[in-house]
Amino acid sequence: MISNAEEFIAQLADKHGRKRESLLPILQDVVDQYYYLDESYMVNIARELDISTADVYGTASFYSFLGINEQGKHVIRVCQTIVCDMKRKEDIIDAITELLGIRPGETTHDGKFSLFYTNCLGSCHKGPAMLINDELYGDLTPEKTKDILVSYMKR
Amino acid sequence: MATQLKRTELIFREDIDYSALMRKIMKMGKEKFIEELIDSGLRGRGGAGFPTGLKWKIVKEYPDPIKYIICNADEGEPGTFKDREILDKASEKVIWGMALASYITGAKEGFIYIRAEYKYLKTKLRIAIDRMEHNIKSLGINFKLDLIFGAGAYVCGEETALIESMEGFRGEPTNKPPYPVNEGYLGRPTVVNNVETFVNAMIIADIGAEEYKKLGTKASQGSKLFSVSGDCCKEGVFELEMGMTVQQFVDEFGDGDTKAVQVGGASGFCVPRKEFKNTIIGFEGVPTGGSMKVFNSSRSMYNILENYLIFFEEESCGQCTPCRVGTQQLLHGIRAVKRKEKPKTYLDELLRLAYTMKYASKCGLGRSVGNAFTSIIENFREEIVY
Ligand SMILES: Cc1cc2nc3c(=O)[nH]c(=O)nc-3n(C[C@H](O)[C@H](O)[C@H](O)COP(=O)(O)O)c2cc1C
Ligand code: SF4
Ligand code: FES
Repeated sequence: MISNAEEFIAQLADKHGRKRESLLPILQDVVDQYYYLDESYMVNIARELDISTADVYGTASFYSFLGINEQGKHVIRVCQTIVCDMKRKEDIIDAITELLGIRPGETTHDGKFSLFYTNCLGSCHKGPAMLINDELYGDLTPEKTKDILVSYMKR
Repeated sequence: MATQLKRTELIFREDIDYSALMRKIMKMGKEKFIEELIDSGLRGRGGAGFPTGLKWKIVKEYPDPIKYIICNADEGEPGTFKDREILDKASEKVIWGMALASYITGAKEGFIYIRAEYKYLKTKLRIAIDRMEHNIKSLGINFKLDLIFGAGAYVCGEETALIESMEGFRGEPTNKPPYPVNEGYLGRPTVVNNVETFVNAMIIADIGAEEYKKLGTKASQGSKLFSVSGDCCKEGVFELEMGMTVQQFVDEFGDGDTKAVQVGGASGFCVPRKEFKNTIIGFEGVPTGGSMKVFNSSRSMYNILENYLIFFEEESCGQCTPCRVGTQQLLHGIRAVKRKEKPKTYLDELLRLAYTMKYASKCGLGRSVGNAFTSIIENFREEIVY
């Protein structure tokens, strides 16, 4: 796995370049592939770009979509901002907890799902809204949410 | 309910031959078009309202062979979703607006910095970019456009933070000056404009400043997209002329029981019912990036304020003390008052803190926390205390 990742990161550096501007696109691609930034990946990236690991960590940890802790394959982000809050986003969270047994900030034991709160997704008129990986879902009800999650369980 | 609001339908019109329009501008000349843009009165649609013509002129006249055009598509202001709608429904217009900026200023390269939350638009945008790059080449203009994705940080919508992020750093705002028009991306002169601003520049290129100025008011020219949500009879994105009062807006969009309207998102102002009639939406009254959130009388203003403060506390980049500590203290402060751990007069201390943040914070994030805070406390004090 690790030697694989090392190769993968080297390929990403070939693709995006080894300049400072290349750092974020590389981090994003690593997260797409491995779901979060394991310390060993950050060490590799630092070596490729010839910057310190602390610098990579410092940059990555600034961004909420670049997970630095273990994270599931499917990341669910439920909007917690005011309009979705008014539209009962808590019911959506409860439905997810009921189905997957996790609360915001947690990951399922099989490493398949992580649940987070996030801020306004730009879909307030269709609230409550959530993002699963890159996919946006609006006008959620507890039932609809469960149906969507079931479809991800099979992936 | 009588509809008083003047609707316009310019932004989403896509029946434009962009190559032909570009040829028209090339014939007109760069100087002339800049004049036209300044004359149109167009001000940036990202919130700050800087005159767009002037911004392009500064970059055009800056003697540097390398310049950049950046489209700010980081749209993260709570309650704002009009940029997403534009990128989805009128992507070509945005992209040609950027091409126009490149032609005028002499920039050869551009980027759309788009929030990670909108990644599902990637394929659509890529296709539109490829088409534009191909067509503009046949006009003899070289312009290369790329997509850059954010990674979940509201503050990266602030233009200097956006540039830091593009350069591969933490998205922390820097001091201004230097402004991006002088020292932007990689230290080069850079135009940073909002998605809707580029579209408006295209509209002006199409219909001319004279026609454009017929819309809106003197201080707020043109039409504007509004993102309408909350307790409404209809939600969504609407293109309206600026210069209406909040009352006119509520008559059309409210649910008949509107208590307050938050204009301009969490960074904006809360307008209570008694002010609806004499508050104008536009740069002369309450300015807005387009977010209109409607609250009816069943809503607790305490919950709304607390929700905003949680947002700011999370999204503050933490770089400067007034904002980092201020957002935390405001949040803890109203909770303490609510729980009766602090007397209600403590709110006055918090108001002073919000005032200090407005002047002592480094960037617009910390500076605007006080807008919502002050307008909610001043108008709904009893709801915060009891
Ligand atoms: C905290 C913060 C967030 C911002 N977010 C955005 C944004 O998402 N989109 C945007 O266009 N401008 C945003 N701005 C304003 C930009 O700094 C900048 O003024 C704008 O992109 C300039 O473009 P315009 O002149 O076309 O409005 C933000 C400003 C601040 C302080
Ligand atoms: S005001 Fe807030 S967001 Fe802006 S630089 Fe200071 S800490 Fe960062
Ligand atoms: S408040 Fe949830 S998407 Fe905007």
